[in-house]
Amino acid sequence: MHLTGAQIVCESLMREGIEVMFGLPGGAILPLYQAMPEYPQLKHILVRHEQNAAHAADGYARASGKVGVCIATSGPGATNLVTGLATAMMDSIPVIAITGQVPRGAIGKDAFQETDITGITLPITKHNYLVMHTADLAGTIKEAFHIARTGRPGPVLIDIPRDVLTESADFVYPDNVTLKGYKPTMDGNGLQIKLAAKLIADAKRPLILAGHGVIIANAFDELRELAETAQVPVITTLLGISSFPEDHVLSMGMPGMHGMAYNNIAIDRSDLLIAVGMRFDDRVTGRLSTFAPHAKVIHIDVDPAEVGKSVHVTVPIVGDAKRVLHALANEVTPATRLEWLQEIDELRLEHPSDRLRESDKLLPQYVLKEISDVTNGNAIVVTGVGQHQMWAAQAYTFREPNSFITSGGLGTMGFEVPAAMGAQVARPDKTVWSIAGDGGFQMTMSELATIVEHQLPVKFALINNGYLGLVRQLQDLFEGGKRVSVEYSHNPDFVALAEAFGIRAFRVTEKGQMRGAILEAMAHEGPALIDFRVEPEENVYPHVPAGEGVTEMLEGPRPETEGAWKR
Amino acid sequence: MEAVTDHTISALVEDKPGVLARVSGLFRRRGFNISNLSVGHSEVPNLSRMTFVVQGDEFVVEQVTKQLYKLIDVVRVNDITGDAKVARELALVKVKANADNRSEIMQLVDIFRANIVDVAADTVVIEVTGDEDKIDSLFRLLKPFGIKEVMRTGRIAMVRGPASTGGKPLTANVDDHNAPDVESVP
Repeated sequence: MHLTGAQIVCESLMREGIEVMFGLPGGAILPLYQAMPEYPQLKHILVRHEQNAAHAADGYARASGKVGVCIATSGPGATNLVTGLATAMMDSIPVIAITGQVPRGAIGKDAFQETDITGITLPITKHNYLVMHTADLAGTIKEAFHIARTGRPGPVLIDIPRDVLTESADFVYPDNVTLKGYKPTMDGNGLQIKLAAKLIADAKRPLILAGHGVIIANAFDELRELAETAQVPVITTLLGISSFPEDHVLSMGMPGMHGMAYNNIAIDRSDLLIAVGMRFDDRVTGRLSTFAPHAKVIHIDVDPAEVGKSVHVTVPIVGDAKRVLHALANEVTPATRLEWLQEIDELRLEHPSDRLRESDKLLPQYVLKEISDVTNGNAIVVTGVGQHQMWAAQAYTFREPNSFITSGGLGTMGFEVPAAMGAQVARPDKTVWSIAGDGGFQMTMSELATIVEHQLPVKFALINNGYLGLVRQLQDLFEGGKRVSVEYSHNPDFVALAEAFGIRAFRVTEKGQMRGAILEAMAHEGPALIDFRVEPEENVYPHVPAGEGVTEMLEGPRPETEGAWKR
Repeated sequence: MEAVTDHTISALVEDKPGVLARVSGLFRRRGFNISNLSVGHSEVPNLSRMTFVVQGDEFVVEQVTKQLYKLIDVVRVNDITGDAKVARELALVKVKANADNRSEIMQLVDIFRANIVDVAADTVVIEVTGDEDKIDSLFRLLKPFGIKEVMRTGRIAMVRGPASTGGKPLTANVDDHNAPDVESVP
């Protein structure tokens, strides 16, 4: 088949099983858009801002387990993708970004809308390409998808000059990819797995730390089998949430900076950490020198560079979480650990950070608890970054595998709107709740228009406190209450705003109105938004001060810290 | 804590545009300290060999190796610090020389098995290869004459004996006979 570059891109995307793409056209990428009508199977969702195309592709990928695709033109279109690609890179999300580039002859001449996007995205993509020949397009796209979705997944950018899209070449889509320098290890080393099983058998106080890798590898059953067989409690990192059912007796919730206090203490007492698909992020470990002082560490990860990067590892196992957990579950001896489980129960009673504090006011935590109850923990929850994200992680009971979508590594505010859009496109069968902060929401709310255009029934819970809440919390707790640039004193009327976009909207100012509004939003067929005017100065607890050991927690409000701002 | 030392790392990389930027960018953003880097074609078509000198302990070298492997274009990485190897740098140096002291300079050049590659009325250009120490000591001796310009390459290194520098040979026709040892200069 002799095809234009643009046709080759579309044919290749179809062969990769792509059904939907998020993008925004411009001059350099125009030939690709002009070819799209020939391929109606490739649905294109026109966004309002390219950053949101990248986040939507990311949300789509997380919710579906498939590769997300976003498209932008050269120059500003391409640079607008940057935050989205960095977000996907930090959280290991398979995203393909296709960008237009100025014609080959103009490259390097500071042409109109020219930018070196492969140079710019070098550190925030798993790999990237500038395709200089139409004949190379098919092979490059095949390679890009292979790299994006295998091993530790990640974003791959393909930059295509305009004239490469318009020129023609023979189209043959390759069956295989051969990359000399890229062969991810999938099966764990058998001997290491035996060693790990031995450590687990000998351990008195073992804990599993389950991360995002469990979800990416679809290893829910295998994790559960290991935990149940060896009777090891499961702590889930922020991105590991929903890798293990939170109503399970062995489920412990989140560790770290805003994790459950009893988890941080349990880690401190533990003699064996079984880390799966997690990377000992600084929000999990706090000060490294005091982290888990008594524990040996089994570290299972598909990325060898993560093993030994932050903590000393006793038994490293490089491989796919699903395969390694399966092998390990078969190798471990069934055990009962009454003493350890009892000790943890006591810790939970002594440090009840999972208990919501009582108040007559509309506390933000209550909103998350209520959504959890109404949806029975079966919705897909997408969040932004900040206090509302932590409350979602703490107060919502996740029962469904892979149902929590959040920007963990990069911590990208505004993620909640476009990522929820992408998640809803991926999972039309599910209720998608976007838990938004009033700060982040205003960064990306232009996509409400796209959501209405495509009749995506996303439900928005705006946790509206009029502050950049987590920053205010830092200033109140650790800066002597000196508040600088954290208050939005003239937020828009979010109900009127949502209605202007054509979205059904409600306002909730009291505790008693919560359930009714949530039920009504869910009963509404289309998208809906609830403006929850929550208690504005509520803080997230526990809180480990940055740089401290994780047992140095502020477990709850203290008079001297809470009142600090009031002078 | 282990002492910080120089490690010589040899990497086989795909000969693609941007590969040097990928590698050097990685060093920069991860805060690895590279004192020395050289790159050139290898015996295999489309593959280049890079040699770099990394400052750090074993932990740093392990991270450098693992992070390099994450780059798709990097095929093999070997720490050859502990291996018996031949390591060389090439330097060109322009020295002030006149009829009176030129023969003195030529004697030094002979001792160091260097070459004079250009002679002008009041300068000579000397080409010297060897390890860092050898080149440094020649420079020290030439300094009193007046060094006008110096140009040095990075270190390139190859493991002695039949073993391959970049791990197992990737093609059968790699000529892996044992090279004679020519290292015998001060």
